[in-house]
Amino acid sequence: MRRQMLKCMLAVGFLFVATNSMAAGPLKHEPQDWSWQGVFGTYDRAQLQRGLQVYKEVCSGCHALKYVAFRNLVDLGYSKEGIRAFAKTFDIKNAEPNEEGDSYTRPGRVTDYFPSPFPNEQAARASNNGAYPPNLSLMVEARPHGADYLYALLTGYKEPPAGMKISEGMNYNSAYPGHQIAMSAPLDDEAVEYADGTKATVKQMATDVTAFLAWTAEPNLEERKSMGLKVMLFLFAFLAILIAMKRRTWADVH
Amino acid sequence: MEKKQFNNKLVQWVDHRLPVFSYMNAEYNEFPMPKNLNYFWNFGALATVVLVTMIVTGILLAMQYTPHTTLAFGSIERIMRDVNYGWLIRYIHANGASMFFIVVYIHIFRGLYYGSYKAPRELLWMLGVVILLLMMATAFMGYVLPWGQMSYWGAQVITDFFTAIPIIGNPLTEWLRGDFVIDNATLNRFFSLHYLLPFVIVGVVALHVIALHVHGSNNPDGIDIKEPQDTIPFNPYFTAKDSVGLGVFLIIFAFFVFFAPNYLGHPDNYIEANPLATPAHIVPEWYFLPFYAILRSITFDIFFLEAKLLGVIAMGAAVMILLIVPWLDTSKVRSARYRPLYRIFFWVLLVDCVILGIVGVKSPSDLVFPGISWFDYKTLGLIGTIYYFGHFLFLMPVLGFIETPKPLPTSISKPVIPLASGGGSAPIGAAAAKKEKA
Repeated sequence: MRRQMLKCMLAVGFLFVATNSMAAGPLKHEPQDWSWQGVFGTYDRAQLQRGLQVYKEVCSGCHALKYVAFRNLVDLGYSKEGIRAFAKTFDIKNAEPNEEGDSYTRPGRVTDYFPSPFPNEQAARASNNGAYPPNLSLMVEARPHGADYLYALLTGYKEPPAGMKISEGMNYNSAYPGHQIAMSAPLDDEAVEYADGTKATVKQMATDVTAFLAWTAEPNLEERKSMGLKVMLFLFAFLAILIAMKRRTWADVH
Repeated sequence: MEKKQFNNKLVQWVDHRLPVFSYMNAEYNEFPMPKNLNYFWNFGALATVVLVTMIVTGILLAMQYTPHTTLAFGSIERIMRDVNYGWLIRYIHANGASMFFIVVYIHIFRGLYYGSYKAPRELLWMLGVVILLLMMATAFMGYVLPWGQMSYWGAQVITDFFTAIPIIGNPLTEWLRGDFVIDNATLNRFFSLHYLLPFVIVGVVALHVIALHVHGSNNPDGIDIKEPQDTIPFNPYFTAKDSVGLGVFLIIFAFFVFFAPNYLGHPDNYIEANPLATPAHIVPEWYFLPFYAILRSITFDIFFLEAKLLGVIAMGAAVMILLIVPWLDTSKVRSARYRPLYRIFFWVLLVDCVILGIVGVKSPSDLVFPGISWFDYKTLGLIGTIYYFGHFLFLMPVLGFIETPKPLPTSISKPVIPLASGGGSAPIGAAAAKKEKA
C-alpha cells in the first residue's frame, strides 16, 4: 500500500512538472548550449566582456540597464582602474542639484548605474515610433525560455512568409509573439569590432549579448550554484546519518 | 499534566513556578504515539519547520523591502544584488511558499485517506482548514509585494472577486483596496497583513497541536489505541523518524532554491507592474490553480445569480467544504485501508484535483484533444468541478452506507487475521511488515 501511494505521489508530481512546462506554450526556440547551464555551469568571462561591448555599442542607444552599476563589472574580470576609466566615459546627471540649485552632469563614477538613454518613457516612445524599449537588466528572467528566446529573437529577423502583411513601422521576427516587432534588426555582421579579435557575426554577437544579459539578470548565479553543491553534499551525508540513527532507534520496535 | 522530577536544581525551580519543562516532557518527550505511523505522518512536523523558515526569512526580507509602488520592485532587486546573501534569503522565502503548500496538501490528503478528521478529531481537522485559509491569504498577499506584473494583475483579479457580491460589492472592494484602484494603499495594507497573518497562523497551529494532543495521532489502521504495546514515546522514535523525513525534504527544498529557483515562479513577475499593460495570461501560483479552475468553470447564470458570483462562491466553497467533511463521511471506519470503495474514490479525487490544476493554467477555450471541438478546457474544468463537489457531497455520505469495510485489526499490535496457511509460525512483527507492503 505504502509503495503504491508513493508511486502515485510521484506520478502526480511528474504530471505537475509536465503541465508546468507546457504552460509556457510550445517550444519554438531552439535550445542553445549556454555555458552557465547545468549544475556546474559558470559564465564565460571573455563572452560577457564581448557582450558588454555589444550592449554598449548597439543596445544602449535605446535600452536601459537600470539595475546594473559600473562597480558590478568587477564580476566580468575587469580591474578596478579599468572600471573607473569605463565609468568616466559616461555622462551622468547628478542626483542632487549643485550649490546654486541647478542640476548638472558629471563623468560617471564606479558607484553609478548605467544611465538610461531617455529621460522618461514618453521621450523613449517619441524617439521609437511609439514603442517603448524595455529595460534589459532582467530580460533573461522576465521571458519564458529566457536566454534561448532572446537569442532566437536577435537572430529571428527574416523575410516574412508570403502573404503576411507587416504593419507600418513593424518588422517580421520569427521568435517574437505575433511575429511583428517594433525594433528593427539591431545586429548586422561587423556591427562591432571585438577587442579580442573574435569575428563579429550576427550569431556571435547575439550569443554574446544574451550571455551578458543572463549575467545582468542573475549576477549571483555562480555563487548560488557553488553554494548549492556544498549544501547538497552536506544534506546527503546528513540524511545518511539520520537514516542510520532512525534504524538504530527503531531496531527494538516490533 | 504529570509531574516529572528533574535533576537540575534550576530546572526544578523554574518548573515549580512555570511548568514548561514538564509540559515539553509530557507533550514532546514521553507523549505516546501509535507505533505503526508511516512516513505520511511526517508532514505536520515538516509544515512547522517551513512555517518557522518562512517567518525567519520573511523578517529578514522586511528589513530591506520597501512597500511603495515606485520602490518595491527596485528594493527586491537590491535584495537580490546588493544585500549580503539577499538572493539566498529571497529564494528560500519564495520557494518556501511552494514547499509549504506541497507539504500541507500532502498533509491534508493524508488526513482524507486515513480518516483523520473523524471523531474525536473534528475540531483538529477544522483548525487545519482554518490554517489552510490563512496560508492562502498570506501567500496571495506575499506574491503581490514584489510589485511585478503578476503581482499587480493577480491582485487585480482577486480583489475584483468581491465586486461580484450584490449591492455591497463595489464599496466593499474599494474598502479592501483602500483606493478606487489597486495602488499604494493596497500594497501597504498587503504588506502589513502579510507580516501579521503568519503569527496568526502560529496561534492556530498551537490550537491545532493542543487539539491533536488530546486524543493523540490517528494511525494508518485508523483504530484507537487499546493497549500500552500499541504506543511508543514520541522521543526518540518519532524525533528520529521525523528527522529522516526532514532530511529528504530539505534536499528537495535545496534543489529548488539552488538549482531551479525561478522554476515555480512566473517570468512576468520579473517585469515591474504596469497598470496599462495586461499580461497575455494572468495565472496564479501553481498552488491556487485547482481553485482558479473551479472559479473559471462557472460561465453561466443560474436564475438571478450571475456567473461571476457563482464562480466566486464555488471557489470559496471548494475550501469551505473541507470544514464539514467530518459530518459528510458517514462511514464508521477511519482508514481507507479497510474501505475498498472509498480507497478508489480517494485516488480519483486526487487525480481530479491534478486535472483541475492543469485546467487552471490553460486557456478555457483551448481544446483538450485537437479534433474534438466541443471538449475544451472550460468543459473539462466544469466536469472536474462537478466531480470535486460530487465527491464530498454525494460519494462521501453514500459510500458509508453501501460499502462493506474489511475486518479491522483488533489492535495496532495484532495482525488483522490470525495467520493461516503459508504464514507458518512467523513472528507477529513479520506479519505486520507484510501487511504494510501489501
